[in-house]
Amino acid sequence: MRVIYTLWLRQIKRFFRAKSRIVGAIGQPLLFLVALGYGIGSVYARAGQGSYIEFLVPGIMAQTVLFSAMFYGAMIMFDKQFGFLKETLVAPVSRFKIMFGGALGGATTATLQGTLVFVISLFLGFRPAHWALVPLAIVVLGLLAIAIASFSSGIGSFVQDMQGFQAINQFIVFPLYFLSGALYPLDHVPTWLRIIAECNPMSYAVDAMRYILIGQSHFGLLRDLIILVVCVILMLAFGAYRFRHIEA
Amino acid sequence: MSKDGPVIHLQHVTKRFGDLIAVDDVTFDVQKGELFALLGPNGAGKSTTIKMLTTLLKPTSGELTLAGHDVIKAQDKARKSFGIVFQDPSVDTEMTAYENMELHAALYGIRGSETKSRIKSLLELVELWDRKDTLVKNYSGGMKRRLEVARGLLHHPHVLFLDEPTLGLDTQTRNLLWDYVKKLSHEEGMTVFFTTHYIEEAEAVADRIAIIDHGKLIALGTSKELMKETKTKTLEQAYLALTGKTVRDEEPGKGDEWRARRRARMMR
Repeated sequence: MRVIYTLWLRQIKRFFRAKSRIVGAIGQPLLFLVALGYGIGSVYARAGQGSYIEFLVPGIMAQTVLFSAMFYGAMIMFDKQFGFLKETLVAPVSRFKIMFGGALGGATTATLQGTLVFVISLFLGFRPAHWALVPLAIVVLGLLAIAIASFSSGIGSFVQDMQGFQAINQFIVFPLYFLSGALYPLDHVPTWLRIIAECNPMSYAVDAMRYILIGQSHFGLLRDLIILVVCVILMLAFGAYRFRHIEA
Repeated sequence: MSKDGPVIHLQHVTKRFGDLIAVDDVTFDVQKGELFALLGPNGAGKSTTIKMLTTLLKPTSGELTLAGHDVIKAQDKARKSFGIVFQDPSVDTEMTAYENMELHAALYGIRGSETKSRIKSLLELVELWDRKDTLVKNYSGGMKRRLEVARGLLHHPHVLFLDEPTLGLDTQTRNLLWDYVKKLSHEEGMTVFFTTHYIEEAEAVADRIAIIDHGKLIALGTSKELMKETKTKTLEQAYLALTGKTVRDEEPGKGDEWRARRRARMMR
């Protein structure tokens, strides 16, 4: 436990020391909320769909967690480049704990950022359907964050440089995000797009958030949560597997 | 740990990377309390040998033990028995020296009550106690290296590995560093296994010296024995007599590749 705690704490400390990361954590989602929320919102309302900001907020919260937890993988890559990873790899500690402690830290900071988006959205007029369910929404964000942070740890353990990492963002993270229903309802999209979204685990996290916060769901909460939990387990296994095979 | 056996033991150790044989059937022992130097030209297999001994690489074949523990089968026990200062820095520069030490204590399961006093005495030893709360990114190269030495000693290892520990350090820092290491070796019976490109350093510090070239162990003995064997007057002449005078191109291993890239980046 102490090992996991210490590696978790390291990520938390590093996050709060990097002022630029905190500014970025607020800036990017705010831009999305304002630009999309007000830009597309008027058309959305005219189409008879109600408030777009309300629809968008759960999606942007999930997006923030996705991007931030994915960035955690870059931290692993830097740890490898700047040598610190070796210090943990020669320690008498299982590789799973090393992967898990750090990923938990990355997931915590990602969840914090997602929660921050929620707070910002309150100033833009967003109101959750039930305040009592807000903690549950944060739990869902946390699960998504652990899945993504474990996945990105695995990726970061073999990617060599920032260019490689950017490529992965292009080919994995953006599709996960744009094809997830974070930005548009899946009820009326063309069938092919719906099928893609149904294969995208991110859709279920977004859907769960939306159900909990504004009472709208495409898949149903139970299915969302089951798929999310399965993803967490699979991604932890992936991260652990990759870490076990790091040779320096 | 077994009482009488060698602290470091390699038997018929071979490591291949594809077609390249980085370490070729190497066998030798290092005794408790010995200061042991591994010398060789670039790409001779020094770092690969250290990486195998420190569980970072698995040998293709052969047997390695540390303090009586099989490095592959009893990995965690072997890991507990050594400390290491890597060739490249491996401290977290975004944390303070004290935090780096605390993290190490947690990784090695040093009890909380003992952690503080050990960290204090080691940071005092390497003369960094006054700067313990400074982020390591604000340290000079020599300070970082001293911190790594202190960290490597925190869990009272039986063996301390030093992979070119004095590369890029000024003479004062080098002398200081060897003074701590020799002192600890004599007082605690700690075995020190190091690689270096400075032959005079090996001559001054090491009890015994192994020379490795093209992955093969080509000589092993005290510096006097090596000079006698090659009929030379200095260790450097003996070294050159054994390894020849041609300049080697280092075969880039995984680690070396990014090292080169990082250097290139820094120069940009």
